[in-house]
Amino acid sequence: MKKHNKKDDSSAPFKDSAQEFDLAMEQNAQGHYVLRLFITGMTPNSRKAIENVKRICEEHLQGSYELEIVDIYQQPIFAKEGQIVAAPTLVKELPPPLRKFIGDMSQTERILLGLDLRTKK
Amino acid sequence: MAKKAGASGEAKTTLEVIPKAPTGIKGLDDITGGGLPKGRPTLVCGGTGCGKTLLGMEFLVRGATQFKEPGVFMSFEEKSEELITNFASLGFDLNELVAQKRLALDYVHIEKSEIEETGEYDLEGIFIRLGHAIDVIGAKRVVLDTIEALFSGLSNENILRSELRRLFRYLKDKGVTAIVTGEQGERTLTRYGLEEYVADCVIFLNHSVTAQIATRRMRIIKYRGSSHGTNEYPFIIDEHGFSVMPISSIGLAHPASTERISSGVERLDSMLGGKGYYRGSSILVTGTAGIGKSSLAAHFVNAGCKRGERCLYFAFEESQNQIIRNMRSIGLDLDRWVKKGLLKFHNARPTLYGLEMHLVAMHKAIEEFEPSIVVADPISNLVAAASEADVKSMLSRLIDYLKMKQITALCTDLTTTASSIERTEIGISSLMDTWVLLQVMEGNGERNRGLYILKSRGMAHSNQVREYHLTSQGLQLRDVYIGPGGVLTGSARTAQEAHDRAESLEHQQEIERKRREVARKKAVLEAEVAALTAGYEAEKDALEAAIATERQREQARVEATHTLGKGRQEDVSKKSDANDRGGRK
Repeated sequence: MKKHNKKDDSSAPFKDSAQEFDLAMEQNAQGHYVLRLFITGMTPNSRKAIENVKRICEEHLQGSYELEIVDIYQQPIFAKEGQIVAAPTLVKELPPPLRKFIGDMSQTERILLGLDLRTKK
Repeated sequence: MAKKAGASGEAKTTLEVIPKAPTGIKGLDDITGGGLPKGRPTLVCGGTGCGKTLLGMEFLVRGATQFKEPGVFMSFEEKSEELITNFASLGFDLNELVAQKRLALDYVHIEKSEIEETGEYDLEGIFIRLGHAIDVIGAKRVVLDTIEALFSGLSNENILRSELRRLFRYLKDKGVTAIVTGEQGERTLTRYGLEEYVADCVIFLNHSVTAQIATRRMRIIKYRGSSHGTNEYPFIIDEHGFSVMPISSIGLAHPASTERISSGVERLDSMLGGKGYYRGSSILVTGTAGIGKSSLAAHFVNAGCKRGERCLYFAFEESQNQIIRNMRSIGLDLDRWVKKGLLKFHNARPTLYGLEMHLVAMHKAIEEFEPSIVVADPISNLVAAASEADVKSMLSRLIDYLKMKQITALCTDLTTTASSIERTEIGISSLMDTWVLLQVMEGNGERNRGLYILKSRGMAHSNQVREYHLTSQGLQLRDVYIGPGGVLTGSARTAQEAHDRAESLEHQQEIERKRREVARKKAVLEAEVAALTAGYEAEKDALEAAIATERQREQARVEATHTLGKGRQEDVSKKSDANDRGGRK
C-alpha cells in the first residue's frame, strides 16, 4: 500500500517543514489536528486501525484535522524519523503535546481522551 | 528453536565447530574460544555501570574496523549524540564510522507518558527500523541496548514477550551476530527474563566493590555448542576500551629455555653457576627494608637494556623519577634506557585499584610493550589491595603468564624483620625458580648486607653468604670471608682482614728468612766443595806426576835389562824376556 492520501479539507501537500510549521501553527490556533497513522501493510491490525481512526476523525474532528497514513513497509525511513516502535501507531503531532497511540485503535474512549476530545464533547 | 537447531547440527557432524564472530576485544576471544556465536544472539547482562553498552559498542566498532563487518547499534537508553560523545573518550570515532556506512546508530525513544495503548499491536516498528538499518549498511552485527526498556514503556507484556521471541528469531534469520544487553534482575539474570529468549550464549558482567576497591569481572554463563572458560575473569575498561584477562586458562605447559642471562652483577652470575639466571625463569629477591632489593632489580634491568632487550618495571612504591634518581647514586643510568625506549616504568599504587585490575593492567602493559624482562617491585605491597590468598593466586597467574611468554620476571618482596627471614610475606616462594635472599647481618654496632642464593632451580649455585656493598659503581660482592665464628662482615671483617694481613706478612718474612738461610747454607757447602775439589785436584796432579816418573823409571830399567841380555846373548833369557814383555804390556 502506498503512502496514503490525506484526508484533508484545507491545504495542499507541504513542501518544506518551515512552511508546514507556519501553517500548522496557524491552523492550530483554530484547534487544528495533525495526525499521522503509521501502518505495516494491510495486516488485520492495519486495516482496523485505518478504519477506526478515519471513523473517529470523521465523528469528532470533522473539518479540522489532517491525517496522513504512512506505510512503513514501503517507507521504512519514516519509522526511524517518527520514532515508531509498535504498529499500528497513530501520532498526534499537533496540537501539543505529542502523543502516540498504538494498537488497532479499537478503544475509542482512550483515543478520545488522548486527543483531549473527551472533555469537549 | 535454537535448541533444535543446535541439536540437529551436532547430530549430523560432531566435527563441525560452531562458527564464531571474533569480537576483537582483548582476552574475550580467548575465553570464548574465538568469539561470539556467529549469526546468533548473545545476551550480555549485568548491573548498572558494569560495561554492557561498552562491550556492545566495542564489538561493533572492532567488527567494523578489524573484521569488515558493519554493525547496527540500536539504543533504547542513550541518544545517538550521547553515544557518540561517550565513545569519543574511548577513542572511537563513531561519527566517522557512521559516515563511512560501517556503523548505524538508531535511538529508540519510548516514553510511557506519550503512549496510549488502544488495542492489539505488534512491534513491527522496531523490526522495520532494524531491518532497514541492517539492509542499508549490510550489517553483520547488531547490538540492542537494552531492549528491556520496552517493558517499561509498554504495558502489554504478553505482546512484548511474543514479539521478543519473534525478534530473536528474526535476528537469526537475518544471520546477524547480535548482542542483546539486559539489566541484572533480583533473582534472575535479567530483570525481564531475556535469558529465556537468548539461549545461545550468555555473558555476565559484574562490578563489585570489596574494601572500597572496585573490580570488574566477566563470566560466561553458557555458550551452547562450544567450550569456554568458566571462571570469573577480571577485566578493565580504560581509554582503549575493554580488556579481559584470560590468565586462569593458562596451564603448566610453558617452555623451558636453557639460555642464561646475566643478573647484572658479575659476581652474582658466578654464584649462579657462572652464567646468571635462566631466561624465562622467575626470580624472587627478598629482604628487609633498605637492603638493596630495588638496586639488585635495577642492575638486572640495566644489564637487560644493555643487551638491547625491552624491560618493563612495575613500581608499586616509587615513582619513575625517584627510581631513576636513586639508581643514579649507585652508578646506574636508567634514564638513557627510558629515552631509548627500552625501559618502561609502570607506576601504580597498590590501592589504586583491585588486585584483579592490577593483574589486568599488568597483563595489558606486557601485551603492549612486549618486554623480555619484567620487574615487579615490590609484590609484597599488593597485599594492601587484597588478602594474601588472593595475591598468591594473582601472582601465580602472572608468573604462569610470564613463563608462557618466556619473559624473565624479577619480583622483590619486603620481609619484615619480625618474621622469619626465609619466609615471604605472601608465601609465593614455591612459585619462584630462583630466590636471592638479601640479609642484614647485625652485630658489632653495625648492620651489614649479606646476599645468598636460597634456591636456584636447575643450576649449580654457590652456597656462600656473600657480603656486598652498594657503591657508586653499583652493587659489589666482596670475597667470601669465613672467620672462626662464621662470616665476618663490616669492620669486624676489616679488622680480621688486617690481622690476617699482618699474620700473613709475618709468615712471608719467616719464609723469606728460611729461604735466605738455605741459600747461605748452600753457598757455604758449595765453597767447601770447591776447596775440597781444589785439594783433590792438587793431590791428583802430584800423584799423577809421581806415577809418570815411576813409569819412566820402570821403562828405563826394562830397557837396561834388555840391552844387557842382548849383550850376553843368553838363550835362557828369552823366556824371561817374553815374561817381562807381557808384564809390561
